[in-house]
Amino acid sequence: MIEVKNIKKNFGKHSVLKDVSVKVEDGQVVVILGPSGSGKTTLLRCINFLENADSGRLTIGNLEVDLKKSTKKEILNIRRRTAFVFQNYNLFANKTAIENVMEGLVTGRHVPKAQARERAEEALNWVGLSDKFNYYPAQLSGGQQQRVGIARAFVLDPEVILFDEPTSALDPELVGETLDIIKKVAEKGITMIVVTHEMSFAQDVADKVIFMDGGIVVEEGTPEVIFSNPKEERTKQFLSRIISLDPNYSI
Amino acid sequence: MVVKRTGNIVKFGIPWIIPAFVLLLWYLSTRPGMNNTLMPSPDKVIQKTFEMIKNGQLWEYLSVSTVRAGKGLLLGGFIGLTLAFLTGFNRILDLTLDTSIQMLRTIPVLAAISIMIIWFGIGERVKVYMVAFGVFFPIYINTYHGIKSIDKGLMEMGAVYGLSRFRIFTDIILPGALPSILVGVRLSLGTMWLLLIASEQIATDAGIGYMAMSARELLQMDKIVLAIILYAILGKLSDAWATWLERKLIRWRER
Ligand SMILES: Nc1ncnc2c1ncn2[C@@H]1O[C@H](COP(=O)(O)OP(=O)(O)O)[C@@H](O)[C@H]1O
Ligand SMILES: [Mg+2]
Repeated sequence: MIEVKNIKKNFGKHSVLKDVSVKVEDGQVVVILGPSGSGKTTLLRCINFLENADSGRLTIGNLEVDLKKSTKKEILNIRRRTAFVFQNYNLFANKTAIENVMEGLVTGRHVPKAQARERAEEALNWVGLSDKFNYYPAQLSGGQQQRVGIARAFVLDPEVILFDEPTSALDPELVGETLDIIKKVAEKGITMIVVTHEMSFAQDVADKVIFMDGGIVVEEGTPEVIFSNPKEERTKQFLSRIISLDPNYSI
Repeated sequence: MVVKRTGNIVKFGIPWIIPAFVLLLWYLSTRPGMNNTLMPSPDKVIQKTFEMIKNGQLWEYLSVSTVRAGKGLLLGGFIGLTLAFLTGFNRILDLTLDTSIQMLRTIPVLAAISIMIIWFGIGERVKVYMVAFGVFFPIYINTYHGIKSIDKGLMEMGAVYGLSRFRIFTDIILPGALPSILVGVRLSLGTMWLLLIASEQIATDAGIGYMAMSARELLQMDKIVLAIILYAILGKLSDAWATWLERKLIRWRER
């Protein structure tokens, strides 16, 4: 279970998150939608302490911390329970696929190297990269790099994985295969928060869809309700814009 | 197999067509009977080369020049790297130093040679310092650029994994900046020979620059041409060294 309560974040005078609360039950997948600049990335970054929130509380499992006044130990603890999949992969360019996947285990979790390698191999097999262990990121396609990114998050066995637009940097023909892998992660019953504009993915996988705009949660509900019967005018407008851009999507 | 071998012959042979042609022209234009006061014939140069190998001069000049170049490269490279890491990571130092360094850079390095001679005399030091001064800029600027362009996302990744500062340096900063640093090294090698030769011609008692200069005074065309050929070989060798270094150090870049 992961819960964010009343998080606020300003950048200077610009109020980016104005009292946002999100709750995700164990094994649930929540998809966050919203126009660019609405604060989705900032929300995820605050959960992982890549950004310091101005106020708010965060609960992951049995650990509750204050997002503003947290100790180093709490931050480390939260980071151990979460994993992040970035829009632009953020792989170490000088490490091979398998070394990238091992890194978090060896450095973050102090798993012995041999054991880390074994688990990394398993994770890479699982995302369909069994023949690419020793490839450097520059030798992989965007889709393959993102699969390494997913394996790297997944191998840590975190309580929650945060995805920030995991497919928006990919060529259109690679989006599908990457989403399929993310679906596989979801089927494993891992709690996930996914920022994405892929409507059909949200429709298939999400237990809950949250629509954010201007730093607040405008509306949330099951995909059926949000997509076919939104209450708020802003949600309707946003959805009609997205749907007109997405030829694959039909309700 | 055969096809591949012909492919190799083509690949490695074609670049040498023009040099071979120039050599041929050179040979033809300096045959006995032609006017060869302006250009010695190839066999005269070869003869001179063997002569200088035998009396040990060639080796002496070569090693003196190479050691000077190496010392200057190490000195200038070390200062350039260190300063770039300081300005690259410390905002205050960046603000204090970077503009000044960028201004210094606009001075044509050769213009510094007179003042360097006044300061350091005409001995060994002035050559090493000239080379150091020249190689400093490409190394500094490219290292600085490399550090500035390190992926912020990777630094965050390092923080998320809880990497120590040392590991952040060895695993993120160094690999991130390395390609750019090596571009600096490659550029500095050209400057290195240029400055060494220039300063050796002005004031010296050994080295290839000295060889060229003294030969000019005695109108020994064969020696002058030999000096030029040596420069070309040294330049090519250091370039090959830079390529080897790049291969060795950043193999992850290869596609
Ligand atoms: N480090 C930062 N400094 C200043 N403003 C920022 C920073 N990061 C994000 N912002 C601003 O916060 C707002 C929300 O950004 P973001 O969370 O990235 O939105 P989204 O991911 O929904 O597109 C944007 O207006 C953006 O310009
Ligand atoms: Mg974003």
